[in-house]
Amino acid sequence: MVDYISRLMPALLAGLDTTLSVFFLTLVFSIPLGILVALGQLSNIKPLVAVMKFYIWVMRGTPLLLQIVFIFFGLPIIGITFDRYPTAILAFVLNYAAYFGEIFRGGIESIDKGQYDAAKVLGFTPVKTYQRIILPQMIKIVLPSVANEVITLVKDTALVYVVGLGELLRAGKIASNRDASLVPLILVGIIYLVLTAVLTTAFQKLEDRYSYYQ
Amino acid sequence: MVLEVQGLSKNFAGKPVLKDVSFNLNQGEILAILGRSGAGKTTILRCINNLTKCDRGTIKVDDMYLCREENGVTVYAKPAEMLEIRKKLGMVFQNFNLFPHMSVMQNIIEAPINVFGVPKQKAQEKAAELLEMLGLSDKANAYPFELSGGQKQRVAIARACALNPLVMCMDEPTSALDPELREGIATIIENLARDGMGVLIITHDMNFARRVATRIIFLDDGQIIQESSKEEFFANMGDERIRRFVAM
Repeated sequence: MVDYISRLMPALLAGLDTTLSVFFLTLVFSIPLGILVALGQLSNIKPLVAVMKFYIWVMRGTPLLLQIVFIFFGLPIIGITFDRYPTAILAFVLNYAAYFGEIFRGGIESIDKGQYDAAKVLGFTPVKTYQRIILPQMIKIVLPSVANEVITLVKDTALVYVVGLGELLRAGKIASNRDASLVPLILVGIIYLVLTAVLTTAFQKLEDRYSYYQ
Repeated sequence: MVLEVQGLSKNFAGKPVLKDVSFNLNQGEILAILGRSGAGKTTILRCINNLTKCDRGTIKVDDMYLCREENGVTVYAKPAEMLEIRKKLGMVFQNFNLFPHMSVMQNIIEAPINVFGVPKQKAQEKAAELLEMLGLSDKANAYPFELSGGQKQRVAIARACALNPLVMCMDEPTSALDPELREGIATIIENLARDGMGVLIITHDMNFARRVATRIIFLDDGQIIQESSKEEFFANMGDERIRRFVAM
C-alpha cells in the first residue's frame, strides 16, 4: 500500500503544482482588482458604477465553468485565442475579483461615515483617507468573508480540467480509472483537506493579528 | 477675530436649515450656540469645517476665506488654501470619530506627520505634551476601544489641538459624558480659551453653556434669535422660544 501511494505521489504532486499556481496567481491578481472593483462601485462616476454592477452581475450570475469554456472555446470563434493556462488564470481572476469586489464594497460601506469626516477635517486627501483610514479598517472587517472565498477558490481550481490542464483532481481521477482504485481519490481528498486546514489556520492567525482593536 | 461667518444659508432638499446666519468669534472667547435639536446647529459647524457646502455665505478663518460671495456666487478656497485653513481649525465631533485601528498616540500624530509633514519626533513631543495636559499620559499606547467616553473626548481634543488651531469647534461636548465629567471638560475648554483659542461650542445643554460660555447665540429654525453675553442672556430671556427652551 505504501508502495502504491509513493508511486502515485509524483503525478499527484504535479497536479498539485498546477492547482497551487492557479490558486496563488488568482489571489495575487483578483484581490487588488477586487479593491478597484469596490472603489469603482463606490465612486461618483455613474457610468463606472453601472459597468461595475454589470460586470459583477455577469460574473456572479453565470457558472465559473461557463466563463472558462467561453474564453477558451468561445472566443476563438471570433478570433480571440488564449492558451490553456492564461485562459484559466484570466477566468479565475475576473470571476474572483467580482466576488472580492462585493466583499470589499460591503466592508468599506460598513465603516462609520464619521471616519471620513474626521479624516477630512484633519486635512487628509481622499486617497490618503483610503490608504490610512478606510482600507486598514476594511481588512479586519472582511477577513472572515475573504477566508471563505479563498477556501472556495482552492476547490474551484479543479475546474481548470475543462481546458485540459492537469490539476490535482484530474491527476487523481486518471490514476483511479487506470488502477480501478479508490486510493488516488482519497489521497486527493486528503490533500485538499490539508490545504484548507493550512489556509484556515493562516486566516485565524491573521484575524488574531487584527484583534488588537475592536 | 479668528472666525467670521456672514450670511450663511443652507437648504437641504429645498428645506432651509440655515437662514442668513452671521456671527463672529474672537480670540480667547467661548461662544456657545444653543438651540433645540434640528435648529441647524450642527450644520453650522459642518459648514465651518467644510464638511457640508453652504449655499450662500462668507466664512473667514483668521485672515483666510474658506468661502465668500463673489458676484452673487459662493466661491470656495482652493485645495492648497483649504489645507492652510484646516490647520487653523480644530474639530471635536459629538461621537469623537477617533480612528479605532490606531493607538491614542497615532491618532494624534497621524495628520501632523502624514498631511502636514511635521517630523515624527516633533509630532510625538507635541502629542505627549497635549496628553500630559489632558491627564492622559498613561494612555498614549491604548486603543480607543479601551478608553471611557470622557477619555475618548480628551483624545479627540488632543488630536484637534495637534496643529495649534486658532478655532476649536465642539459638537455637543457634554452629550456623551456622565454629569460628573462636565466640570472637567469645562475646565479644559477654559484652558484652551485662556491659551488664546476661540472656542465654538454647539450644545443644547443650557447648564453647560451657562457654566462655560462667555457669549451665547440662540438658534431656532435656522435663524439667530438672540446673541448676547452670557450674563445678559440668562438675565433677560426676552423671546418666547428661548423661555420655552429653558423651561424644557
